[in-house]
Amino acid sequence: MIAAAYPGSAPPRSSAAVVAAIDLKGVTKTYAGRDGGSVHALGPVDLRIEPGSFVSVVGPSGCGKSTLLRLVAGLELPNEGVMQRYGTALDGPSHEVGIVFQEHVLFPWITVLENVLLPADVLALPKAISRERAMRLLEMTGLKDFAHLRPQMLSGGMKQRAAFCRAMLSDPRLLLLDEPFGALDALTREELSLELSRLWQELGRTALLITHDIEEAILLGDRVLIMSERPGTIRTDIAVDLPRPRNADTVKLPRFQEIKHQVRDIIFNRAQA
Amino acid sequence: MAASSSRLIGRAATPLIYLVLLAAWELLADTLKVPAWILPAPSAIFQAAVKWAPELIQDGWVTLRETVGGFLLAIVLSLPLAILISLNPLARKLLYPILLGLQSVPKVAVAPLVILWFGLSEWPKIVVVVLVCFFPILVNMVAGLEAVPKTMLDLMRSLGASPHMVFRRLRLPVALPHFFTGCKVAVTFAVIGAVISEFVAAQDGLGYLILISTAQSQTPLAFAAIALLTLLSIALFHGVEFIERRVVDWTP
Ligand SMILES: Nc1ncnc2c1ncn2[C@@H]1O[C@H](COP(=O)(O)OP(=O)(O)OP(=O)(O)O)[C@@H](O)[C@H]1O
Ligand SMILES: [Mg+2]
Repeated sequence: MIAAAYPGSAPPRSSAAVVAAIDLKGVTKTYAGRDGGSVHALGPVDLRIEPGSFVSVVGPSGCGKSTLLRLVAGLELPNEGVMQRYGTALDGPSHEVGIVFQEHVLFPWITVLENVLLPADVLALPKAISRERAMRLLEMTGLKDFAHLRPQMLSGGMKQRAAFCRAMLSDPRLLLLDEPFGALDALTREELSLELSRLWQELGRTALLITHDIEEAILLGDRVLIMSERPGTIRTDIAVDLPRPRNADTVKLPRFQEIKHQVRDIIFNRAQA
Repeated sequence: MAASSSRLIGRAATPLIYLVLLAAWELLADTLKVPAWILPAPSAIFQAAVKWAPELIQDGWVTLRETVGGFLLAIVLSLPLAILISLNPLARKLLYPILLGLQSVPKVAVAPLVILWFGLSEWPKIVVVVLVCFFPILVNMVAGLEAVPKTMLDLMRSLGASPHMVFRRLRLPVALPHFFTGCKVAVTFAVIGAVISEFVAAQDGLGYLILISTAQSQTPLAFAAIALLTLLSIALFHGVEFIERRVVDWTP
């Protein structure tokens, strides 16, 4: 159940023949402080994400989760280590990656639809096709009737859905989610995470989810990575062998509870990782 | 019921306080018998305004033209500079000290020189207005272009947006409310700039009218001209605000 902590064997289905969506080896990140000091935020981290899998990351606040995601996104460069995305060097942002940030980051001066279409504008994708795709995504997320409103007219959950649509517009192979539901209430959170689970299965993408909610991590993930205190390393890599599609009843399964206790024990140091 | 009546009071409050003040002024001027050439009563000012309406309109038009002309020219000149300063650190280092120096020179002091250089046309007055308006617009625009939240920049970067795209889709819209803040400050300064230059050397404009009417002890006319200037300034401010509400329709 608990795959050995890295470095070590990746989950069983990985084989040398399959190119990893993400492959990090010995990656560290140190931020230069303003007063000459520096913050060792992350690593060394080894991480391999199989194409089509959903990987959740949990860890204490400030342990470098966002840093990990920003590195994978190409928004930050590592101080040490090698990073690859689909077999090629990862050295900057890519249109193959869609990101949903903790805050929705929607522009208030354009409509929801125009926000969703932003990647198409930046990447100069064909207009008509993009528009059609945007409308389909908005329909899938129940926002069709709000397409022509400004985002500030939407509720928090709706904004986050719109941000998800925007991240999916360019049909990215890899979806990065940094506490996408962090700012939402518990009910909306659960509803949206189940929705995300459904959409992810429907769209068949690789996903990396940062969260501080253990249930959410298990409910959505094929694997749950537990990070240590800063500088964050991956302490434990737990395989989530729960059936899909997952739904509101998944959390009631004994196996779900079992995994949940396992994760909690590791996080709160009641078990040896 | 209570809410609507309190709203009514709220709406009526501003005109009401003005009326009360005017009435008090009228009453005091009447009872204290202040000579009209020192402080005329509102009724006397009103009479002067009616009597001299053609002059007031003609000179008001001149001042309005200088004010608006200089204000628009200041926008045209400061926008490219603001963009340059915000995009280029070297330009910022070179230009900001010069512009700050220019701004620190008292405009009243340079007005005679400007008139010396540009001669007796409308141009020296427009130049003084530009000098007065330029800085608030520039400073606010630069601040606006740099007020972009990091999260939004990250989003654009993650999409691989070019600097041009970041500017057009992100920096410019973020800067717009700041730009209008600068414009609102500048447009009220603009009226002052126009009047200063008319004080120094002119044959027309409301500043000139104030100057000659006080020299000839036509104090009620001077007051009428001042009142018109004030109205002009308020109207221009609201004009800019009106355009702002049309353009910047996303801030609450
Ligand atoms: N740009 C930066 N410059 C300097 N230090 C930074 C920067 N970004 C993050 N840090 C530091 O790096 C460490 C890890 O930050 P990070 O945002 O990755 O943590 P996190 O796990 O996402 O935290 P949280 O759960 O609170 O979101 C923190 O100590 C933080 O102060
Ligand atoms: Mg974070």
